Amino acid sequence: MAPKTLFEKIWNRHVVTERHGQELLYIDRHLCHDGSFTAFDRLRERGLRVRRPDQTFMTPDHYTPTHSASLDDVPDPRAKELAEAVRVNAQEFGVTAFPWGDRRQGIAHVVGPEQGITLPGLTMVCGDSHTSTHGALGCIAFGIGSSEVSHVLATQCLWQKRPRTMRITIDGTLGFGVTAKDVILAIIRKISAFGGTGYAIEYAGSAIRGMSMEGRLTICNMTIEAGSRFGMVAPDEKTFAYIDDRPFAPKNEKWDAALAYWKTLPSDDDAAFDEEVALDAGDIAPMVTWGNSPHDAIEITERLPDPETESNAERRAAMVSAYDYMDLKPGMAASDIKPDRVFIGACTNARIEDLRSAAAVARGRKAVIPAMVVPGSGLVKAQAEAEGLDKVFTDAGFEWRLAGCSMCVGMNGDMLKPGERSASTSNRNFRGRQGPGSRTHLVSPAMAAAAAVTGAFTDVRKLMEEA
Amino acid sequence: MEAFRTHAGVAVPIDIPNCDTDQIVPARFLRHGRSEEGYARFLFHDLRFHEDGSEKEDFIFNDARYKGSSVLVADINWGCGSSRENATYVLVANGIRAVIAPSFGDIHYNNCTKHGILPVCLSEEDCRTLRRQLRESPGAEIALCLDTQTVTGPDQQNYSFEIDPFDKHRLLNGVDEIGLTLGHDDDISKFEKAHRNAHSWLG
Repeated sequence: MAPKTLFEKIWNRHVVTERHGQELLYIDRHLCHDGSFTAFDRLRERGLRVRRPDQTFMTPDHYTPTHSASLDDVPDPRAKELAEAVRVNAQEFGVTAFPWGDRRQGIAHVVGPEQGITLPGLTMVCGDSHTSTHGALGCIAFGIGSSEVSHVLATQCLWQKRPRTMRITIDGTLGFGVTAKDVILAIIRKISAFGGTGYAIEYAGSAIRGMSMEGRLTICNMTIEAGSRFGMVAPDEKTFAYIDDRPFAPKNEKWDAALAYWKTLPSDDDAAFDEEVALDAGDIAPMVTWGNSPHDAIEITERLPDPETESNAERRAAMVSAYDYMDLKPGMAASDIKPDRVFIGACTNARIEDLRSAAAVARGRKAVIPAMVVPGSGLVKAQAEAEGLDKVFTDAGFEWRLAGCSMCVGMNGDMLKPGERSASTSNRNFRGRQGPGSRTHLVSPAMAAAAAVTGAFTDVRKLMEEA
Repeated sequence: MEAFRTHAGVAVPIDIPNCDTDQIVPARFLRHGRSEEGYARFLFHDLRFHEDGSEKEDFIFNDARYKGSSVLVADINWGCGSSRENATYVLVANGIRAVIAPSFGDIHYNNCTKHGILPVCLSEEDCRTLRRQLRESPGAEIALCLDTQTVTGPDQQNYSFEIDPFDKHRLLNGVDEIGLTLGHDDDISKFEKAHRNAHSWLG
């Protein structure tokens, strides 16, 4: 048999039929959220049912308030309607939901792996671009548009053009204070915000093997910021240990059967990829973005780049424009940028390990600018509280909130004011992403906490050495 | 879905590399229904309007000479970022029938093809040429023919483009994709049964 990649092994097992060069791909599991209401409305209009309600899961996240779990405390009537729509759609179509007030509720990309809904070998979709996150468990998971959500609800399938494959190998050991967030920002800096377009990316190498599941989830999460819909990591013992005993994971004989199958999934040694990229883990430092594309990432010890050194005229003009929007100057030190506010959360960095890492920096220090911590799910919140992390944060003057997407996208009202600058653990520094006129700098949870306690972007390694 | 066969119309250049879907439609408007009055104003909202709602004069989409544009010529990585299909709805609401760019965000590209909008990939150089011509001759038209896979620029220069045969078929015929797939119901059921047998652990 010809050697195959992890991606090919899973994809090939899900092709129902082919037509005009596209394949009808069977989708094993479908995650929905509070922004999926349009797709359900479309089904209702056409009198269609959900083909596999037993494989469809829903959790409100985008519009969810993080200051209160009570609808009575939400002033916005439309937000109430959308929260209610989750309950109504789940009931009417028979899908499993984790609505407001359910302790399992949270960001879809945190809840999926946490509940054991996300498993190796699956095809999974969600009407959200950060669905690439789930590939960290060794499955094909990708973000889709709302029409495609309706299509999957109605047919459990999607017409797809098979992407090309890329392997990004990161060998070596990550330096002290360097996290998965820094790794993915370094990758995007190297391959650009569109280097992955049309590809499915598999992350490999000793640095990835040595990384926790949380770290792998962070890397796969931001794969879409490099243009690729699919980020993947081959399942290994760490993956299996993470999944074991989660509520929706297979149990007993089914677990044994699953495990035997999952072990066959890693790419064959001599499998060929359409594109290969390599980075040395030892070369990666804590990162911070300065502009309006995740590609605009620099090391914390660097100075902001000079547009004059950019040879492409459009790119040069975009840099000048980004400097104007961000109110920054070329050549200034990254550590001279002073954020107004800190956001620790989002599907990129709101898992327990992220909160531990931020708390380690916040412990015994005081925030000098407003800072908020938004756990990725009710269960992450409970776990953090059991470990006393909430107390560490609140003692340091950070706000401790309820689970949701929150200030990553500002749809629930958690926003920056126009002109405000954030240190944010989210995934996008686009203009207006955190509210009209907002200025976002992407960093790791530890770097965000360091910014909170110093009032400037600070090399977190210095604070960690002090501790 | 509205079919796309040929189209000719005024084209507007959008000189923004990596123009993400947050720029095409900011997140705070996603809660609004497509049928609401004023929906068309959400396209490029924060690039187009000041906080008080007045138009920003320097944004090209507000230039009266490009009024009624139905084709956008954009830059690299158009429509990257969020999967929001609203970025397609606002194009439809403004009568946009085609977007020409050197590359697209994959999800936005697919979303366009579900709404009768033709996404066309031309080289960076060709897109640069077209945008320059449109800046030099505001109100100039671009013509597109999906059947022959051709774009005709304001100077009558022809450019050919590639498109996936499946997307072409659906766009040319305005195919309802759900309807098409439901026609494969037997195939899906057969597959599903074999798949579940092979992977009992799927539950």
